[in-house]
This record gives sequence, C-alpha cells and structure tokens, in this order.
Amino acid sequence: MTMPAPIRALRRPTGAIAAGWLLAVIFAALFAPLLTPYAYDVQNLPQAYQPASSAHWLGTDEFGRDLLTRLIYGARTSLSVSATAIAISVACGMTLGAAAAWFGGWLDRVVTMVVDMTWSFPEILIALILVAIIGPGTTGTMIAISVAYLAQFTRLTRAQIMTLKGETFVEAARSLGATNGHILFRHLLPNALAPVLVSAMLATGDAIILEATLGFFGLGAQPPTPSWGGMMSAGSALVFKAPWIIIFPGLAVAITVIAINLYGDALIAALDVRAKVRRTA
Amino acid sequence: MLSYLIRRILMLIPVFLAVSVVIFSILHFIPGDPIDNLLKPGSPPDARAQMEARYGLDKPLPVQYGIWLSKVVQGDLGTAIVARRPVTDLIATALPHSLWLGGLALLFSSVVGIVLGVVAALNKDGWPDKMIMGGVLVGSTMPSFWLGLLLILAFSVWLGWFPVSGARGWNSLVLPVLTIGLGGTALVARITRVSMIEAAGRDFVALLHAKGLSPLRIQLRHVLRQALIPVITILALRIGWILGGAVTVEVVFARPGLGTLLIKSLGQHDYPVVQACLLMLAMAVMLGTLLGDILQAAMDPRVRAALE
Repeated sequence: MTMPAPIRALRRPTGAIAAGWLLAVIFAALFAPLLTPYAYDVQNLPQAYQPASSAHWLGTDEFGRDLLTRLIYGARTSLSVSATAIAISVACGMTLGAAAAWFGGWLDRVVTMVVDMTWSFPEILIALILVAIIGPGTTGTMIAISVAYLAQFTRLTRAQIMTLKGETFVEAARSLGATNGHILFRHLLPNALAPVLVSAMLATGDAIILEATLGFFGLGAQPPTPSWGGMMSAGSALVFKAPWIIIFPGLAVAITVIAINLYGDALIAALDVRAKVRRTA
Repeated sequence: MLSYLIRRILMLIPVFLAVSVVIFSILHFIPGDPIDNLLKPGSPPDARAQMEARYGLDKPLPVQYGIWLSKVVQGDLGTAIVARRPVTDLIATALPHSLWLGGLALLFSSVVGIVLGVVAALNKDGWPDKMIMGGVLVGSTMPSFWLGLLLILAFSVWLGWFPVSGARGWNSLVLPVLTIGLGGTALVARITRVSMIEAAGRDFVALLHAKGLSPLRIQLRHVLRQALIPVITILALRIGWILGGAVTVEVVFARPGLGTLLIKSLGQHDYPVVQACLLMLAMAVMLGTLLGDILQAAMDPRVRAALE
C-alpha cells in the first residue's frame, strides 16, 4: 500500500500508456546515435522530399535528411530545453514564493504585484520579448521559457506556504523549539513540494509547445541542430510540396504533451488517494 | 457597486504605468539598432547623430520615457522608423483585423465550449463525457500554428474551400478563427463541465429536486446559471491569451494584424511599432481583467457583498 505515487499512477491504463510513451521518447533521445543509421545533419540532396519508405520510415526533408532521425535528435533539444527551463523556473519560483510567504511585509507585496502583473500576460508574449533581448538559440529559449512560467510557481508556492503556515504541526514544531529555518526547510517546503512538482510536470507540457512555437518563429535552436519547432518552421514553407515534414514533428509534440497531461492526471489521482488514506487512518 | 467600479478603474493607472515602464525599458535592451537599418553603409558619423536626434534617441532614457509617455497619452505613438509612417496609422490598419479574429474566436470558443461542457456534465462519466473530454485534451495540446497549417492543408489545399492566407473576404477568417477557437473551446468546455458538476451538488439543487421540478429543467435553468459565473470570468481573463494565440496564428495565415506587425517589427528592431503593439496587447489584457472582475461582481451578489 506504500508504493510511491508515481508508480501507483501506472495503475490507471491511461497513466501507464502515457508513461510508456514518455519513457520511449526519453530513451530514444538519450540513445539517438544507437537507434538510427543516419546522421541528423548530413545532406543528401538526391534523396530530398522522399515520402515514407522502408529506408526512411517517415520520409526525408528538403535536404534529403532522414526525418525520423531528425525527430529523435529533435526530442533531445525540445525535451532538454523545456525540462531545464521548467526546473530553473521551479527553483526560482519556489525560492521567491517561499520568501514572500515567510517574510511577508514589503517583499511579499512587491513579489505579489509583479507576479499578478506578469500572470495576466500570455506566456508566448513574455517569451517572444525575452528571446528578442537575449537573442535566438537554445540558451535564449531556455531563459525565456523559465521566466515566462516563473509567476506560476511563485504564486503556487506562496499560496501553499501561506496555508501550511497556519497548520497545527507548524505550531507543534515551533513549541518544540524548532528554528525558523528548520520549520521552513524541513516542514513547509517538503509539504508544498508535491503540488508544485505536479504542476511543474504539466507546465513542462506547455513549455514543449512554447519551445516549438519559438522554434517555429526561427528563434529556437539554430540549424543544423534539429528541434521539433525548428523542423516545423522549415516544413511550413513546404506544406504543399511535402506535408510530412511538418506533420510528424507536430504529432510528436501533440502526443508527448497529451502523454504528459494524462500521466499528470493519473499522478494527481494517485496523490489524492494517499491523502484520503492518511486522513482516515 | 459604483464605488467599486471607480476604484477598480483607478487601480488600472499604476498597473498601466508599471507596464509602460517595462515595455519602454525592455526594448532598449534589445541588441541591434534601428538606425543601422536606415543609414546607408559608409555614411559619415554626423549623419548618424542627426538621425538619432531626429528620432530623439540621443536623450537620456528617463527623458525619452517621459516624452514617449506624454505623447502616448495624447494618442501619438510616434513614427515607425523603418516604415516611416505614423505608428498610429499602422496600428489603425492592423487592429481591426486582430479584433475581428480575436472577437470571433472568443465567440466561437464560448458558444461551442459551453455547449460541449454542458453536454459532458449532463452525461458525467458516460461516453459523451469521455469523448468530449478526450477531444478537449487533444485540442488543448496541439501547437496552434501546427493546427493552423493542418487546417490549411485539409481545407484549402485538398478541399479548396477556403483561401490559404490573406485577409480578403469573410471566408479568409474561417480557418484562423477555428485555429484559435479550438484551443479556447477546450478550456471553456473543461471549466463549464467542472463548474456544472460542482453547482449541481449544492443544497439549492436538492431543494429544487424536492419541489419536483424536472431534472433537465433544473440543470439548464438553475445549475447552468450558477455554473456560468466562473466561466464568464475566466473568458474575460482569457482575452489576453486569445490575443497571444492570435499573434502566432496571424503569422501562419499571413493576416495583416497586430501579431504579424509585432513579429515583423521585432525583426526590424523598429522600437516605436513594437512598443505600440505591446501596449495595445497589454491594454487588451488589462481591459479583459477589468471586465472579468466587473462581470463577476455584477453576477455574484456574494462577491459584491465582500467588496462593500
């Protein structure tokens, strides 16, 4: 009965299928060179615009490069950029949110005001402007995405800490002589972690779409490095001639984001069950 | 209610000032100089100084901000550096395209989203619910530019029903509206469903059942009315998101709206135009938030009571 929630989430069939897809994509991204005989950047012009065949399972692009190979290498870029961006965002957001909730006063007011202001702006606009300042490329995209989602995690952590601050166990810890730092780091933050991590997981899905959108505008990873958005950017001009160039990267994005959402839902359900079990026990 | 309204509108002023400072200062961090695009290669340094003086780029930043803001408040958005036309003209040509697109997409996603959400809630856990929620999940996870290109491929290229791009005639609006609308529909349907199911569990519903009203009538006349409050609030708050989506979709469909103008000017480092576009989008977001708050206060007596 004490299996961790990420494992219990697999009991739902949709959760298990989603986890299977995500693991497969991560596996493919990690072991890309072992999985495909082709290189992602070697041009082979006589082979350009080939539809799917036994030699090229998903066809070739405008430079004759194998599309499946580029898709697998593209997963490296898209997943690592999105996941790293969200990890940075969560780390900064939790620090800011916890500091605001814990210290209160003017710090809390300033943080809340800035968060409320950026909260109402579409992430794509924030990210577009930041990439314009930092410059296109993977680093720029990463920073832009992490700033675009900062408000979400700051707000969530702040709300969590605010609620937990009033709980009896905090009072108990304090009366036992626990210091402020001990309460914050050993009691409040660990308890706030689960909801933040679940929302971080769902945000990673949104970040993959955002990364693809920036890539579509030509602001993401620069050629010849493949990314799902960059592949669609190249494919958009060729949509009439070779629609598969844009269809498959888009499918990869959509299926991966759906999988993240389904697994996230299963995870939320699994966490709820545990909360209920605890309460009745 | 009136005092709340006035207070809420006054609260917009500091937000507007903060946003305007951010928009103004951020753009001066962007590397690249618009003057570079205008000067002929090899022109003498005093030509550059002259040009900078002409656009006011030689003054200190806070002064530039003050001048810019006082002009903006009077409705003067400056002159586009690359297009060499008043920015107001550019915005005036672009804005109607974006407003039509955004407005119709908002309408589409509200109507379709509420209907789907109600159907799903009435059949909770049945097959229509599962199908709608599955469709909603798929709809909300597709990158909008990709969906737009697929729609172009299917309806313009293969079926030939609608033009591929451009902004001539009503039928050029169908695909862009669908592209933006489908994403919004997913959100509205999800909120309507949750909100209906939640409202159906309240005490007053049990009372209505006890009075012997027909279940469908209770759902549509009483529960839906309650359930729509959060839906409408969130729709107003989403105005910014719809405009954000419009930026991408406009580029895909080559529509001459605010988004296309913004992306083009970002590439040309044309500060005045970028500032104006961002300001328009920011104002739309602020007005949406205002509208959401006001509608919520107007519809929900409890919110009003809490305010007074």
